[in-house]
Amino acid sequence: MDRSVPEPDRQGGAMKPRWRVLRWSLALLLLGLLGVLGGTAVGSQGVQAWWLGSPDPVVHQIIWDIRLPRSLGAWLGGALLGLAGAIAQGLFRNPLADPYLLGSASGASLGVSLYVSLLGGSVMALGWWPRLGMTGAAFAGAVLAVMLTLFLARGVQQTLRLLLAGVVVGVVLGALASLVALMSPQVMQTMQGFLLGSTAFIGWSACGLMALALGVCLCGSWALSRVLDALTLGESTALSLGVPLPQARLLLVGMLSLATGAVVAQMGLVAFVGLAAPHAVRSVVRCTHSGVLLLSALTGAALLLMADVLARSLTAPLEMPVGVLTAVLGGAYLLWRMNRLAGGRS
Amino acid sequence: MSMAIQACALTVALGGRTVLHNIELRITPGRWTCVVGPNGAGKSTLLKALAGLLPVTGEVFWLGQPLANLSRQQRALQMAWLGQGESAALDLRVFDVVMLGRLPHQGWLTAPSTQDHAMVEAALKATQAWAWCDRTLGELSGGERQRVLLARVLAGHAPLLLMDEPLANLDPPHQVDWLEQVHCLRSVGTTVVSVLHEIGMALHADDIIVMREGQVIHHGGAMDAVTHQAIEAVFERRIRIVPLQGQWVVLPRI
Repeated sequence: MDRSVPEPDRQGGAMKPRWRVLRWSLALLLLGLLGVLGGTAVGSQGVQAWWLGSPDPVVHQIIWDIRLPRSLGAWLGGALLGLAGAIAQGLFRNPLADPYLLGSASGASLGVSLYVSLLGGSVMALGWWPRLGMTGAAFAGAVLAVMLTLFLARGVQQTLRLLLAGVVVGVVLGALASLVALMSPQVMQTMQGFLLGSTAFIGWSACGLMALALGVCLCGSWALSRVLDALTLGESTALSLGVPLPQARLLLVGMLSLATGAVVAQMGLVAFVGLAAPHAVRSVVRCTHSGVLLLSALTGAALLLMADVLARSLTAPLEMPVGVLTAVLGGAYLLWRMNRLAGGRS
Repeated sequence: MSMAIQACALTVALGGRTVLHNIELRITPGRWTCVVGPNGAGKSTLLKALAGLLPVTGEVFWLGQPLANLSRQQRALQMAWLGQGESAALDLRVFDVVMLGRLPHQGWLTAPSTQDHAMVEAALKATQAWAWCDRTLGELSGGERQRVLLARVLAGHAPLLLMDEPLANLDPPHQVDWLEQVHCLRSVGTTVVSVLHEIGMALHADDIIVMREGQVIHHGGAMDAVTHQAIEAVFERRIRIVPLQGQWVVLPRI
């Protein structure tokens, strides 16, 4: 047998991934910027109003107080979902993990349905304050659901228990939310809007909140990215490498919940972005989790923003809920990828 | 002279069942010790307990120090662990996997040094895995993956090396490579403890620990007739250990 050492089949093993990550980050950021610009130009007052800088104060208000925060919010929300998905898949070592895994989605919908039924009316038609209350109810519901999951799983140390507890909490709270909606029919429509996900109500304050959550979660998870790398080799190996696993798990679950809660509260349940973004990243770029986390956030952001622009322009002047579009697009993408994987194996 | 690894009254219970009973063990430094025994004898549990990866009663000492007194990083610097079939996510590049073996030597958030890069390259070359350094684990076969994981262990340069079934999936030439690697490690003073199912390979070790039902039945030199008898006994005398051309080989007793 030949004992000489063959050279790597793809050159430059050490330095290249960092440049790949950087290149893709810049490209995705640029895409996001274009998306935000595009998002401000779509609608009743078209591109020319924006381009010519119309002196009309109404146009000014439409662009600066409605379209811009909405587009920026879609970008931020998508980034949070993509990041949360990457954290969940790394933490649970499961490619099917998604941000709503710990029951935050059904907790948020229960919060919203209770709030709306107590208020007894269509919140969508009401002013800003009830809207803000709905956001608070969704966030509180998401946080309480995650805490219930953690309580049932007796902490974060046993991932399988955590997964199962998340499923149980999700099913039970989801059923309760449906029950509440069923008992007061006027809640149904609002709930439908919430369950499908919508970016229509994001203002500057929501943008600020999501930007804050994104900053915290991105920095925090990036600092713990080596823990996620080590975890891919198994829990015993990660421990043997000196990784502070219990503390890191606690922090990661905290960031996962914060990111998901922040998004769910602002725009309901947007499907598939958190699941599809990390998959898309890993199928294109081979890098460690520090790269996967950053790129997943940027990919999720670009995905949701483009879906939002499409949802507003496809059936204009009517508007599709953006969650429908992400579900269709994300589902189609995962199906395509599944087929490609199956094809590659046979 | 202090022992490389020492266990005093080591008892392990998993899920309410006692898996290891009151084990006393002294492993000499700079030697290769093999743990053998039938399925369910507690070999892997013993190795994990010695590695400090399980909650135990009793005490474990590494290089004369009680394990409880060592910090996480000190432990990681002294002991490298190769588990059995643990890898789940296969998206990591081979180079990054082996770089994880350098984790105990790196500060939190500091980038790998040129020395780290050199060590990773050397480890990958030692297991003939350098050619795949830019591939992901998922693109390799089981045996190729095992060689990468072995390189990860070598890259840490720890004085204690604990491996659970390191020969799993390796083809014969690479099993021999592994044997040479271990001899090489031993010659620079590394203490190697491995669980092996291949008794023929285990007989090349310095010492053998024979286990049955959570207890150490015998601990002695791999060349000793007493050890051979203990191995034959623990496998219900279904195998024979015979000399052939200066080596010991295992034959089935039909």
